[in-house]
Amino acid sequence: MRKTGMTATELSAAIRRGEIRVADAVKQALAEIREKDGEIHAFLTVDEEGALRKAEEIQKKIDAGELTGPLAGVPIAVKDNICTKGLRTTCASRILENFVPTYQAEAADRLEKAGMVIIGKTNMDEFAMGSTTETSAFGPTQNPAAPGHVPGGSSGGSCAAVASGMVPLALGSDTGGSIRQPSSFCGVTGMKPTYGTVSRYGLIAYGSSLDQIGPVAGNVADCAALLDVIAAYDEKDSTSMKRDRYGFSDALKKDVKGMKIGIPKEYFGDGLAKDVKDRILEAAELLKNAGAQVEECHLGLIDYAIPTYYVIACAEASSNLERFDGVKYGYRAADYEDLDDMYKKSRSEGFGPEVKRRIMLGSFVLSSGYYDAYYLKALRVKALIKEAFDRVFSEYDMILAPAAPDTAPRMGSSLEDPLKMYLSDIYTVSVNLCGLPGITIPVGKDRNGLPVGMQLIGNRCEEAKLLQAAYTCECLQKENGKEQMA
Amino acid sequence: MSKEYETVIGLEVHVELATKTKIFCGCSTAFGGAPNTHSCPVCSGMPGSLPVLNKQVVEYAMAVGLAANCEINRNCKFDRKNYFYPDNPQNYQISQLYEPICRNGWIEIEKKDGEKKKIRIHEIHMEEDAGKLVHDTWSDTSYVDFNRSGVPLIEIVSEPDMRDADEVIAYLEQLRMIAQYIGASDCKLQEGSMRADVNLSVREKGSESLGTRTETKNLSSFRAISHMIDGERARQIDLLESGQPVVQETRHWNEDKETSYAMRSKENAQDYRYFPDPDLPPVHISDEWLQRVKDSLPELQPQKRQRYIDAYGLPAYDASILTGSKRLADLFEETVALGANPKKVSNWLMVETLRLVKEKSMDPQDIRFSAKHLADLIQMAEDGTVNNQVAKDVFEKIFTDDIDPVQYVKENGLASVNDAGALEEAVRKALQNNPNVVQQYKEGKTKVIGFLVGQVMKEMKGKANPAKVNELIGKLIQEY
Repeated sequence: MRKTGMTATELSAAIRRGEIRVADAVKQALAEIREKDGEIHAFLTVDEEGALRKAEEIQKKIDAGELTGPLAGVPIAVKDNICTKGLRTTCASRILENFVPTYQAEAADRLEKAGMVIIGKTNMDEFAMGSTTETSAFGPTQNPAAPGHVPGGSSGGSCAAVASGMVPLALGSDTGGSIRQPSSFCGVTGMKPTYGTVSRYGLIAYGSSLDQIGPVAGNVADCAALLDVIAAYDEKDSTSMKRDRYGFSDALKKDVKGMKIGIPKEYFGDGLAKDVKDRILEAAELLKNAGAQVEECHLGLIDYAIPTYYVIACAEASSNLERFDGVKYGYRAADYEDLDDMYKKSRSEGFGPEVKRRIMLGSFVLSSGYYDAYYLKALRVKALIKEAFDRVFSEYDMILAPAAPDTAPRMGSSLEDPLKMYLSDIYTVSVNLCGLPGITIPVGKDRNGLPVGMQLIGNRCEEAKLLQAAYTCECLQKENGKEQMA
Repeated sequence: MSKEYETVIGLEVHVELATKTKIFCGCSTAFGGAPNTHSCPVCSGMPGSLPVLNKQVVEYAMAVGLAANCEINRNCKFDRKNYFYPDNPQNYQISQLYEPICRNGWIEIEKKDGEKKKIRIHEIHMEEDAGKLVHDTWSDTSYVDFNRSGVPLIEIVSEPDMRDADEVIAYLEQLRMIAQYIGASDCKLQEGSMRADVNLSVREKGSESLGTRTETKNLSSFRAISHMIDGERARQIDLLESGQPVVQETRHWNEDKETSYAMRSKENAQDYRYFPDPDLPPVHISDEWLQRVKDSLPELQPQKRQRYIDAYGLPAYDASILTGSKRLADLFEETVALGANPKKVSNWLMVETLRLVKEKSMDPQDIRFSAKHLADLIQMAEDGTVNNQVAKDVFEKIFTDDIDPVQYVKENGLASVNDAGALEEAVRKALQNNPNVVQQYKEGKTKVIGFLVGQVMKEMKGKANPAKVNELIGKLIQEY
């Protein structure tokens, strides 16, 4: 049995030493899910039978010395927009309620090749559109760290599954902050890698030029180990990139001496909750005391990030979601008069309101006469935002920022004002627009006991730096905590 | 008709490329096959699937563009054309709108009177084909077959430079030859591997401005194109003459009825919401790549035609016919390479081969016999192993079944009899049995020798060498 507090890499090590059987690790995860998920609702599908069968196969390979990787035997949850062969994949949408892929997403395939066991599929905002996991067609997920509050989104299920200890690791996806923001709300560690680092093959697209799969973990070392498993060039994804170096776990050094960390003053203005600001600046102070050069910097253009992001993401989404038409798979309306009527009814009944809103927005900005004014202009602004980040990175190793303006909101308080919800993505969307890596780690709690996360943003392909700083910060916080306890 | 009108025509030609696999996935492009057996998550639009460009498509498009004197866009991009239809599994077609691979080219055509004319090419772009819908009227159900979905196409868009059906057909023939010579496509209108949409308008002769045009689709033969152009010209002139406007619309040609009907007008035109496909990075064509494709361009028809005249001494007419089909030209060259006389080979191809092609209403591209067998037959006719009639009969067998003529003649005992003894015996028999004819000959009616030759051939079961028979009759007739 997995001891409480055991990390994923520790669990795998114990399994490989023969102290824990893979099946027992899986059974424990299943037992945790049975016990907790009735309340939390992090999972849409739990594959008990498949996971136990896989556990036996993997155990044999571990026993035979064929599987020696640092995460072999570890159970994992996968966001429900990542296709799993033979296992229902819904995107938390009615339109895909009974969709069972005949193919495996590359990232899921890499998990299995590394000897990890996919336990089930996690809840999310419908088609990853939302910041609270409340737009799921199958009901919201509770924040395990703060009952009555949302877990954030869209990878709310994945973050809640890890935060509650049901699984040590999960895969999420991040189009505008969908890993980093719920990681912050749930008090876990989550990373959005550089665009092109993890194959998108089999990830059901929301905004193709922004989407990236990434790890959700209980700590930085597990996060790095999972990134090592999923990051690879894939010829099935034309936007996939051959990285010069992988081996992200090598970056786990407790050392930030000489690191230049910029804090954009625009990110710490009026819109940011005081407690969130205080916790983040306290963490920054820890890094500074450890030898990092932490100073205020100027980023600029941040007011343009949200509109630019929503124009581009929705434009791509409106086209990406056209294939859900009731013809080939997924939901088809029961009664219809002709082809057009079938399309209209199937899509009207199959999609939820937030998805429809974004499809309409995206269709509008691409329509003839508006394309230049909105879509093309957004592409131009995106290029300018990229330049703004380039300028900062020419001076700094990374940017230190919040992941959200406040801690997790109460359930039911976000959806009535979609514009307000969109604005809360202010600290995360630019990273996707520019294809940058970003990591969120927990840095304490607010006055109500809700988790606060801190985001570190790096230049393209500089995950290693982020992981090193995040790991250092994590170590310093632990030491600090012990000191305070003593 | 009070006024004189001029027809203005531009073409949009779709050519299906002869790649082994589809444009964005590894599925086979083979024609036929049980429905949905050549399909995968990518070409059936499954969620999460992603397109990966087949480089061969880019090379074919580049080669056709170079042959058509186009500028090659060194950073071309793919765009999504969004529209809902069940044969289009993603409900968007991946095509090129903003940055097509080729632009600003031209093709030279020769008109019937021998005058040469340049037809300008606006652009050539790459795109994917759609699947096919099968309607079962009995059960009132439609089925989708994705075997054709994702088969690569290039669309060649001309400027409105053509003025009549002859120019249109000459242009299409030139395009077809380019694609065939490069090996990019077999370009068969009937099978849909070449599809032409005709944009046509009329204007008063001498006018510089363009009239309102219509676009007509579903043209599956040169004949249909020719009929359609005549019909649409007349229809538009009738409208103008009666004071009605021509409506900009898409029309569908019905070849059985030799008439067209309107499908949709511009007011109902769809907004395709084109935008760059974020799944496909721009295609960068490097200097090296471009040079490699340039270097690998084969000799094209105009050069080949000239070479046939210069090197083989063929008449211009023969050279045009032979090079008009890549298959015919290949056969010609392969047969000549085996040592056969070029003029003889040309004759066999131009006369016997094309006669059979026409009889069987085939496309010359589908000629299947081998050069070796034709060369052997020419050799056998040359050295007198078989006489001309036998050679023609044997050729039919070569044409249909590609038989080995040497073996066939041997097995069927068709070789000419050159045995002097046997021949003399047969000649003497014919002279003896036909004293009246011999008499007539001696009286000066020398034409009757034909009858005597016929008698000898009959006796020899057609295998005698007619020249020798003639010679022998002349020699022996005086003895009777």
